[in-house]
Amino acid sequence: MVIEPRGTLYPRVKVKDVEKIIESSIVNDEPEKTLLYSPNGNSSSVEKYKNIPFYAKQQRIALRNLGMIDQYRIEDYIATGGYQGLAKALTDMTPETIVDEVKQSGLRGRGGAGFSAGRKWATCASAEETPHYVICNGDEGDPGAFMDRSIMEGDPHSVLEGMIICARAVNSHEGYIYVREEYPLAIMNLQLAIEQATSYGLLGDNILGTGFSFTLKVSKGGGAFVCGESSALMRSVGGDVGEPRAKYVRSVLKGLHDKPTVLNNVESFANIPPIIVNGGKWFASIGTEKSTGTKAFSLVGKVRNTGLIEVPMGTTLREIIYDIGGGIQDDRPFKAVQTGGPSGGCLPKEKLDLPVDFDSLTEADSMMGSGGMIVMDDQTCVVDLAKYFLKFLVEESCGKCTPCREGLYQLHSLVDKMSDGRAVESDLVLAENLSKSIMIGSLCGLGKSGPNPFISTLKYFREEYIAHIRDKKCPAKVCPSLISYEIIEGPCDGCMACAPACAVKAITGEKGKLHVIDQNICDRCGACKAICTRQAIEIH
Amino acid sequence: MNHDFSKLPDIIEKHPKSPQSLIAVLQDIQKEYHYLPCEALKLTAEALDLPLSKVFSVSTFYNAFSLDPRGEKVIRICTGTTCHIRGAKQIEHQLETQLNIKSGETTEDMKFTLEVVNCVGACAMAPVVIVNDEYFGSVKLTDTRKLLKGGNNAN
Repeated sequence: MVIEPRGTLYPRVKVKDVEKIIESSIVNDEPEKTLLYSPNGNSSSVEKYKNIPFYAKQQRIALRNLGMIDQYRIEDYIATGGYQGLAKALTDMTPETIVDEVKQSGLRGRGGAGFSAGRKWATCASAEETPHYVICNGDEGDPGAFMDRSIMEGDPHSVLEGMIICARAVNSHEGYIYVREEYPLAIMNLQLAIEQATSYGLLGDNILGTGFSFTLKVSKGGGAFVCGESSALMRSVGGDVGEPRAKYVRSVLKGLHDKPTVLNNVESFANIPPIIVNGGKWFASIGTEKSTGTKAFSLVGKVRNTGLIEVPMGTTLREIIYDIGGGIQDDRPFKAVQTGGPSGGCLPKEKLDLPVDFDSLTEADSMMGSGGMIVMDDQTCVVDLAKYFLKFLVEESCGKCTPCREGLYQLHSLVDKMSDGRAVESDLVLAENLSKSIMIGSLCGLGKSGPNPFISTLKYFREEYIAHIRDKKCPAKVCPSLISYEIIEGPCDGCMACAPACAVKAITGEKGKLHVIDQNICDRCGACKAICTRQAIEIH
Repeated sequence: MNHDFSKLPDIIEKHPKSPQSLIAVLQDIQKEYHYLPCEALKLTAEALDLPLSKVFSVSTFYNAFSLDPRGEKVIRICTGTTCHIRGAKQIEHQLETQLNIKSGETTEDMKFTLEVVNCVGACAMAPVVIVNDEYFGSVKLTDTRKLLKGGNNAN
């Protein structure tokens, strides 16, 4: 709970605390010292949320209104300066000056590829064919990323405003927001926001009396990862299967219904209103020279503080994980951080001082992606992780081109063999060669970057692959075929908790006596270890 | 399965008669019946003036559609990366063993359908299991039986 305008933060507020908070913070305008945040439980407490390391290193532009306004009230958005950018764009600016402002900001698409938004808009604006479309990509498919969901749910008007400004710049009168069906609340909030904006004269015919018209519809996805790819997404909006096409002609010229189309993602559009209000120069002054502005990340995994963050481009991984994230849970050693979703890669501790921007991440064989940042400790197995991503991609490959459809399938089989202890060393060479073929031969980004999770983990953690293949050992103790659960004498007091928890009935023993796991029956699900309160079960 | 198919024309009518409406129509049918009955695919094809093969291709392409009837309770395990490294696989395995079905299948008594779903974007509370429309976060291996029983006190 944050009490403004002082900015006093009370973490984990309970019902019984409310009375004290009202008495101190509201009646006396003094913080209630006993309830303030104290880092690591020591006595020195911090009153203002802005001084807590988690917030201090952040700068919020795209996420500016999250948690600050009531997302169901357009009045709240307007009260915090919302739709001022639109008013400025429609009354004080021409389509050309809007495009120039966005170009000057240096804003690069936040969906992953990092293409210059200003250049994309300029190409569409000057395309002769009509009509022009504006589409917002809300198909945030990277597992582990939820920045866009939070913006669509918590500040839907910022996306709408960015899109209307774009429509004005590229002379479009019809737009779509494509949202994945896994995000029902985002769909609902966007629809409500569209209704409100329309009734306020900010959408529809004759916006703000300027004669400019633009209508927006929400288009619901069908649960296909590949639909985040531009040409697949546009096909899906058109009611078809989401199969990508070869991009000899870019989708900005032949997009939805083969007409010129600007496609940007949610975070990109949410950045537009502040750029228009404060100017492109202001935005370009934040971040690094080639990656301007800020970037939102979902910081999750084995990190102490999980959640959404937004930092200037160029912030290092160490600052993000240790200063903002508070380090690794249970003080375990940091192993790697995964960025860029299934197309990205894993970065080891040697790369902790890498500045986070589009180009540095690509150079290190990972990528920015949409902004998922998954932190891993020593209990995460990279072979298992690579297998996980490959399985995901096998299932999500649309099946149109052979290198992706068959190649990823075979690559997954090889990595599965490694994790299962059935692989020989030549399989590693085969997998590396196969990866190269898939990357060269695939049609769209899904296949081209599909082997990345394998390639990058192999690059930084080759010895772990060797351990699986040569020694038949999983150092992180994750891969089920290479580990065994054993009950150790001493801690086990025969409490009888584990035996009923075992779904395959592999545990035998009497009350008060040592229990035993039958290794031939055990399917290594870990249920016994999860239920044992005496740490009597070890993984070998 | 006896279904009242008289609602179908109304569902289809709500959308503009254009190929662009196909996914939206199928989504509404899926919402009503929890799967896409064969009759519905035929009616949709006729109404939108599309070949049946096209309707079939779209309904098998997207994960959101099911051609098989589903159980009373649909249990969806999020398999996003964060859920994965926090034990979603083990939870899936545990539920599969307890229900005696593989994920993607429905129990014979039509009570439960077990599914895995790509990231639902609730990574901060991983691992996540969704029972019908109710979200459960930080699910432990020992919670699975409670999820199957009622779910309400699982957290």
